[in-house]
Order: sequence, then structure tokens, then C-alpha cells
Amino acid sequence: MSNKPYRLAQGGSRIDRTKKVHFSFDGKQLNGFAGDTLASAVMANGTKLFGRSFKYHRPRGVVGLGSEEMNALIGVGDGSRHEPNLRATQIELFDGLQAVSQNRWPSLAFDVGSLNSKVSRFIPGGFYYKTFMWPQRFWKHVYEPLIRKAAGLGHAPEGRDPDAYENIHVHCDVLVVGGGVAGLAAAESAAATGARVILADENPQFGGLADIAGGSLDGKPQTAWVAEKVSSLAAAENVHLLPRTTVVGHWHHNYLMLFERAADHDPALLREGAPRHRLWKVRAKQVILASGAIERPIAFANNDRPGIMLASAARAMVERYGVSPGVEGIVFTNNDDAYQTALVLKAAGIGVRVVDSRGRAEGALVEKARAAGIEVAVSSVVSAVEGNLGVTAVRVAAYRKGQGRVITERKISCDFIAMSGGFNPALHLWCHNGGKIKFDDGLQSFRPDRHQDPVTAVGAANGTFALADIIAEASTAGEMVAKRKTKAAKVKLPKAEQDVQKPLEALWFAPATGKYNEGNKHFIDFQNDVTVADLELAQREGYESVEHTKRYTTFGMATDQGKTSNLNGLGVLSDATGKSIPEIGVTTFRPPYTPFSFGSIAGVLTKNLFLPIRRTPIYQWHADKGATFEPVGQWRRAYTYTGPGEDKHGSINREILAVRHKVGLLDASTLGKIEIKGPDAAEFLDRVYTNMFSTLKVGKCRYGLMMNELGFLTDDGVTVRLGEDHFLMHTTSGGADRIAAWLEEWLQTEWTHYKVFVTPVTEQWAQFAIAGPRARNVLAKLGADFDLSHDGFPHMSFKEGKLGGYPVRVYRISFSGEQSYEVATPASMGRGLWNAILDAGKELGIEPYGTEALHVLRAEKGFIVIGDETDGTTTPIDVGLDGLVSKKKADFIGKRSLEQSYLKGPDRKQLVGLLTEEPTDVLPDGAYAVKQVKDKPPMEMIGQVTSSYHSPTLERSIAMALIQNGRARMGETLSFPIEGGKVIRAKIVDPVFYDKEGARQNV
Amino acid sequence: MLVVHCPVCGAEGDETDFHGGGQAHVRRPATHDPVNVSDEAQRDYLFIRHNPKGLHFERWRCDRGCGKWFHAARDTVTMEFKAFYGITELPPRELMEQATGEWATYFKDKLKAEAKS
Repeated sequence: MSNKPYRLAQGGSRIDRTKKVHFSFDGKQLNGFAGDTLASAVMANGTKLFGRSFKYHRPRGVVGLGSEEMNALIGVGDGSRHEPNLRATQIELFDGLQAVSQNRWPSLAFDVGSLNSKVSRFIPGGFYYKTFMWPQRFWKHVYEPLIRKAAGLGHAPEGRDPDAYENIHVHCDVLVVGGGVAGLAAAESAAATGARVILADENPQFGGLADIAGGSLDGKPQTAWVAEKVSSLAAAENVHLLPRTTVVGHWHHNYLMLFERAADHDPALLREGAPRHRLWKVRAKQVILASGAIERPIAFANNDRPGIMLASAARAMVERYGVSPGVEGIVFTNNDDAYQTALVLKAAGIGVRVVDSRGRAEGALVEKARAAGIEVAVSSVVSAVEGNLGVTAVRVAAYRKGQGRVITERKISCDFIAMSGGFNPALHLWCHNGGKIKFDDGLQSFRPDRHQDPVTAVGAANGTFALADIIAEASTAGEMVAKRKTKAAKVKLPKAEQDVQKPLEALWFAPATGKYNEGNKHFIDFQNDVTVADLELAQREGYESVEHTKRYTTFGMATDQGKTSNLNGLGVLSDATGKSIPEIGVTTFRPPYTPFSFGSIAGVLTKNLFLPIRRTPIYQWHADKGATFEPVGQWRRAYTYTGPGEDKHGSINREILAVRHKVGLLDASTLGKIEIKGPDAAEFLDRVYTNMFSTLKVGKCRYGLMMNELGFLTDDGVTVRLGEDHFLMHTTSGGADRIAAWLEEWLQTEWTHYKVFVTPVTEQWAQFAIAGPRARNVLAKLGADFDLSHDGFPHMSFKEGKLGGYPVRVYRISFSGEQSYEVATPASMGRGLWNAILDAGKELGIEPYGTEALHVLRAEKGFIVIGDETDGTTTPIDVGLDGLVSKKKADFIGKRSLEQSYLKGPDRKQLVGLLTEEPTDVLPDGAYAVKQVKDKPPMEMIGQVTSSYHSPTLERSIAMALIQNGRARMGETLSFPIEGGKVIRAKIVDPVFYDKEGARQNV
Repeated sequence: MLVVHCPVCGAEGDETDFHGGGQAHVRRPATHDPVNVSDEAQRDYLFIRHNPKGLHFERWRCDRGCGKWFHAARDTVTMEFKAFYGITELPPRELMEQATGEWATYFKDKLKAEAKS
């Protein structure tokens, strides 16, 4: 093979032959020109093989000219910048580009997996479903790894992505999707009305197929008109042009996402700090869909060999890049448009013949081809392709429509095929959000019908292919926005001239000799390796719905979303069933139109910006003290303070014993705090708590339970009556925002006559628990301007005043069972008071304690934690708190549901304590109690452990559990099978393990 | 991604700035007669919801704006919002008249009452 055997001596509108570009493909150093795509540059170097197919590992080459490319999927870049599965036809060449082919081992030309192709008669459509059914245990260790290893596509990048990404939110009057002739005409007339216009096109250049479509505008080539319009639109202040930007999805109320590849084509931009990708989130008043049409392949035997391309792609190779797809070619078509390809090939000095399936071919282009001396065989099809890694010859057979098999053939030597089965309007975006489509007999394809959103399709996307019609239709669509604009400007339309084309004739299947699936595969979905035979098999097996056929055979389900395969598949099913295509129906189009990067979705919201972190005023002190942090909602709370020579187990035990025997200090600032104020505040609280709050005296505290309307526990906490009409509600740390919103909802939507304000004040206060037998001594040492005596300030009461000079609210409440004061001061003074407490408590042995000590202390006392002892289906009765469910109140949230019979059944799980037979055994959280231990599951489960700790106070393990009918089973011993075949046995006891009388908190 | 309009503060934004609160005009029986709520009435209140194809009435909250709850009438086929109205209000008369199925039944009495007054 010579150095550049396929680069033509001249031609190539996109390339700059004065600028050489160096790149590598599968490690081989190659050259191309500026303006090349990876596809054109590699083909110019004489390589047609770009990858291996997904299932059969068949050799594959470039088929398409843009985003419809299904075979040539390439990985670009290395290490953390590697990006897999990019289409070679869209990768712009730059100096130093590193590209690798995918799904081949050990090399592209010799691939072990291609054995699949040899045994393909044993892996038909639905193979996975039929073969890997049983035994079930084979799934995890045999089938799944096997399938995953064999299945293709690229590999994920390694390490953290070094590049930057952006999200942009924009509103516009008109979003024009696609910058071909239709899109430009629509944008021009919309912009003339003064509307704000965004014009997005997935390619680097605007113009669509204008450069290879022939015809003229105002007597000049279409490209001249395109250049003029692009420069005037670029200069207009109300127009934003977005090249390299794919509109990937359309959602309700004209919400669209645009994926811009901002710097992929030029590493210098990345080095300057430009974002690699940008995701535009656009809300458009009007969408004009000018997304063009995609050429259809034809299903003939071995139509997937490298060297077989779409006719438009072959034409673009020559005209845009000066690259010849081969030396001697066949144009295989059922329409007039592909004759343009034949003419272009001929003009470039490449050998070409036309095989046309139609009985009569007599359009203007056909006549031009004949006049140019191109051999045209009508009533003919390509019935076979010879060659494996490329095309060496084809066989051409006589054909009449409806014929299933060929009898006689003639052989023609050639090295490439340009095929065209007609064009499908690109309807994906039209359909993403429920646009309706209709079948067009002339096109033998679907085109847009109705849409609920303000969306208009124009040009080829609307099934309009004649140049004059495209311009008129697009311009009218653009003007429509003028209805809302004051400025009405009529744009002068150019005069279009073009060869008139005769109609195509549907060709869904080109017959072959012999049994067509043995060595003769007619591919429909190239990327997922689905053939005509697979679809027909599914049909015979009874998959009548096209949606079922799609899932069973996986046709249309690859990364190309069926761009080239959907309609051909429907055509095959239509032939197989005798039903028309509209009767067969269409499968659903889903976003995205082409894959886009996770980086663009995340934008800047990574690392520290991924999730906001809430910090208490004491956060820095905890960090300096070496605390381990625990996430509680968005808060970070100190879990334990592990000192030198200590492990976490040791520090937790030390903190617990300090509270039990001396005094501890806890940062409880995260505790939810909601002020509830107004003349109806007390009555409102009676509605939301299970127990009574209207009877609470000013200056007193009461523990309250909250249910949701279903009768299940949703939150708990102590509420304080600050004044006659003024309460302070404490909620769980994680529930504060939810409960505040929930209270608001009831006030706004149900008891709208209540005069009550609900104000969340969690972050306004720093709040600390001073707990332990010496707690009062610490307060006394600090100096309080209120009575500290037990009689003057008893358990469950409240004082407001000054403590060590700080303004405070002090609540005498206890979550540890010890004498305990919760002290709240304005957040800004929190750190000062914290330090003052530590100083005052120093000689009393005060120690800060974290959330783990807090949890063990409360578990020793049998206090529940919402979310540990409850799981969203737990009632107050289940946890033994029926005493807190008022019988006097007529109505409160959840009351009526709690009376439903199913919440009173005898087998409800009830809260109990557990003591393991072996005191050093600590039950795992969530361990299941079983009715009877067996050798292996299934075993009947009767409940689960909800909290489990080692208690240093009791010098043994303790646990709480929800057990079926548990309270009636006191003293019973239950079995808990855990990992490794071990069984822990534990006795059911009262859940209060320590100080059952509550004497310690009441001194 | 719907565009929602708050009738209380006038904010307009993406649905992610709001919070959908399910079906509108659900009556909580215990608020009105707490001692005589049948099991069936409680079940219907908790679990039974309309699911019309077409005109529907629902609750929304202006989450990132004023925090207020309000009502919306929306076509579940086209996703078009037909009206936004206050949380204690009934829909505009013409929408009550257009309602079909269970909603038509629900609004029949309301329309009669409105006609009388």
C-alpha cells in the first residue's frame, strides 16, 4: 500500500493542503490535513477498517458522514482525558490527536471474538434470553462476566477528569435546530423580526449538506448563499450561532438541552482554560426544527463490510476531503439522489457503475449520469458482497419488487459500494416530547404531524426536499415569530434551481441466493448486530408488537438510537407480516440524540460544590480537636474526639463514662429549632403532636411525638412554652427543614384560619448539652442570673437569662438520662460560650462528647431515635409510647389512621430490649431474628435489630429491636443468624437498660 | 421540565423551583367531623386519587420563592397549564365546566352553589 493511496490529487473543500497534521491511530503515526475528520484522514491513509462490531466482532468501516455513524466508534485521548465511543466522522483532526479503535483483541485486523460470527447461526436474535436462563446461580459468576467481557464498546477514562465543564441557562424567542439551508433561512427571517435567535448545529460548519446537494440559489452555488447568510447572522446582535453544538433533547414547555463541544477540536483552547464541554439549558418560546434527514442503508447480503458507505458519505469524502472511498465503486440505490454521488465519483476519475432497484430510472440526474457514460443497471440489486476486511467484488442480480430470492447473478469487481435507500427525516427531537408523526408514501418514511409545544419542522426534517420549497417553508416558519414582535420585516427569498428528482421505490430487503442468514447477513442495526433474519425470527416467535421486537432483538437500542436502522427494521417487519408500516407502528424516540458527557451534566458542581455542607459555630473547634465527623443530613457533626494513644472505641467509651460520672459537653446546634407563635399556636400544636400541648404551662418543656397522616411516626422532640402564644419546637437534626415545611403546608392548606407563624431558627442558635452529675456545678461556676436549684429549676423546665455574661435560653431536658441542661445562645456568641463552659468545667472534669457517645447514652436509657427505631411504618404503639397518644383530643394528624384495624393487629413488630447471651457479642445493626435457625436461607424472620452498642456503663452489649408481638415475649431467647454461619442468641428484655426510675436526671 | 407560575408572588420558573403536591381539592374528613370518619372515607382520603387523561387539578408550592401553596389546572396530555389559582379557591368557572369524569362530578355541586349565590 502506498503512502497516501486514497487522497485525490485535487479537491476537498474542507481541507487545507498547506497545513499538515500529525496524529496516531492505534499507535500508528499518520498524517492528515487541517480540516480533515479522523474518518477522512484515516481513509486517506488507505485504511478502511475502523472497528469490530458489538456481538459478532465483524470488521467494520465508516458508513455515515456525521452523527449517524454507527460503526466507526473511536476512543480519543489517553488516561484521564480518554473519551470512548466517539464517531470518527465527527472527530476533528488536530496535531497530536491520539485515537484508538475499540472492541477488538488482540488487534483490529485479527480479532479472536470474530469467531462469534462463525457460530452465529447458534446465536440468533433473543439469544441472551434463550441461553442464559438457567441454572440461576450461573448468572453472577459465569454468564454475566462472560457477556460483559465479550460485549464491546470502549473503556472508561482513568482517574479524575482534569478539564472544566459548564452549564448555561438561556431563554430565547426562537431556537433553530440545525444550520443547513432550511435552518439558515428560518433564522434569517426570525432574526429580521427582532426576535432573539439561537442557531445550533452539531457540525463545525454551518450549511448542512448544501455543499454536496447540487443546485443553485440566485444562480450561485448554494455554498455562496450559505457563506453570505452565516456572516450576516454572525454579525446580528440578536442572533447567537452555536457550531459543534448538538441539541440532545427536547422536553416539556420547549425546554431543550444543547451539548457544545467547546474545546474538543483544539487542545490549545483547553490549555487556555476554556471549558471542554458546555451544556446549554434553553427555554425557547418557539423551536424551529431544521435537523435535516438521514440517508437509509440498504439490507443486502454482507452489507456491513468495510468499504460500504452511504451514498451521501461517499460523495462528501470526495468533495469535502478529497478522499476517494476506493478505485472502482458501485452506487446501489432506489432513488435519484444517489446519482449525484455517481456523477461526483466519475468527475473525480473514480470508476463507478449504478445498480438501481427500480424498473424505470429516468430523472434528470439519471440522464446526466447516462450522458456522462456511467453504466446504469435498472431492475437490479446487489445480491452478494465478496471480501472480508474489505470489498473485492459484488454480485448483481435481476430484481422485481416483492421478489424473495435471486436465481442468476453476475459478478463485478469493485472495492467500495455507495448505497442509498432513500432519506428519513430526523424526527428524534420532534418525538422526544410527544410530537405525533405520520407515514408519507412518497418518501416511504415518517414525517412530522402535530406537536403540543410551539415546534415547527422545516426542510428535510419535515420531509421537504426540493430546494425552493425548503427555503419558502423555512422562511415562513421564521416569520411566524413576528406575530409577537412589532418589527415585521420580509426577507427576500433567493431563486432556487435544481435537478428535479423522480420518486423512489421502497427497498427494505435485497434478495440473495441461498439461505440468506448463512454467511449472508443482511444487517439492519449495524451497531447492535441485528439482521433481517433476527427480526423475522422474532416475528415468527410471536413478537407482534414492535416495542417487544425491539427489546427482544435489541434493534434500535445501541448508542446511535436507531438513526439508520429504525425505519429499515419496520420495513422488514412490514414485509414479513404483510402489514403496512403505519400498522406496525414506531418505537419510542428517547433523548439524547447523541451521547453527551457526564462532565457537561455535572458542570462546575463537583468536588466541594457537589453538595453544600452545613457547619455549626463550633465546627472549627471540633476540627482542631481532631474530631471524626459524621454526616447528618447536610450537617457535619463531631462523632468522637480521639486523642493520642486512643482508638475510636476507647474515646467513645471515655466520653460516655465522663457523662455518667462527671460531666460532658455536646454541640447540639444542629438540633432542629422552630418558633411557633400566634394566638392559635397551642391549638395548632395539639393538631400536629400526638400528645397535648395546650395544657403545657409557660416555662415548661414537654416531649412530643409526631405522626404523619398514615399513623406512622415521623419526628419527635421537646417543645417549650416560651409564652402564652409562643412555643419553641425542637425536631431531629435531619428533620428540621422537612418538619418546618410540613407545618407550613398544614397551616396554608388545611387549617387556614389559624393565626400562627412558623419560623425555622435552627441556624440562629448555638446549642450545647451540659450533661452529667456535675452539670449544675458547671452552670454555677459560670454564674447564672437565674435560680439553679433543683426546686427552682426542675427537670423539664426552662429559663431565660445570662450565663457567664452570655444571653441564653436554658432547657432542663435530658437525652442521656443524666442531670442535663441544654443551653442556647445566639449563633454569633456560640464559640465564646463554648470556650467559657470548657474553662468553667475544667476542674470538674468536663469532656466534650460526640454523636456516638450521645447515641449509646440514649440507648442505655431506651430512648428511641426516629429513623433507627422507626422505619416509616412504625406507630407510637409499636415503640411502646401509646401513653403519649392522646385519648382526649378529638383530632390530630394520624389519629384516625392509627385507629385502622391493620395497625392494631397482634403480629405488629414491637420495640424490645435485647441482651446477648455472650456479653461481648455486639449484634450487627439490622440483624434479623428468625423463628427457626436452618442450614441456609430462607428462614422465617420475626424482627430486626434497630440499635446495637457496647455499653461501657453496663460493661456489656445492649440492643433494641422491633420483634413481632415482642412485648408479650419478655424473657424469651431469640436467634440472630449473622454472616459466616454464626448465630447470636439474645434474651428479650425491657428496652430501658439503665436507671429505669429516671432518678439520675431528676436531682 | 414544566414552566410554573406562582399566583401569589408572581414568580415564574422551572418546575424544579417548585414542589408538586399531588391532587388538589382533597377533603380531609377528620377536620370536619372527627368522630364519624368511616374506614372507607379515610382510605379514600389517604390513597384514592384521580388520574385523568386531560384536565387535572393539582397542588404546587413556590419552593424557592414565597413558599406559598397554590392550585394549578393542567392538561395531563399536552402538559399545558390552564390556570393558577389560590390554595383556598376553586378553579375558574369555565375550567370547572370543562372538567370530565370524577372532576366533573366533584365540581357539579360547586357550580350549582356558585349559580345560587
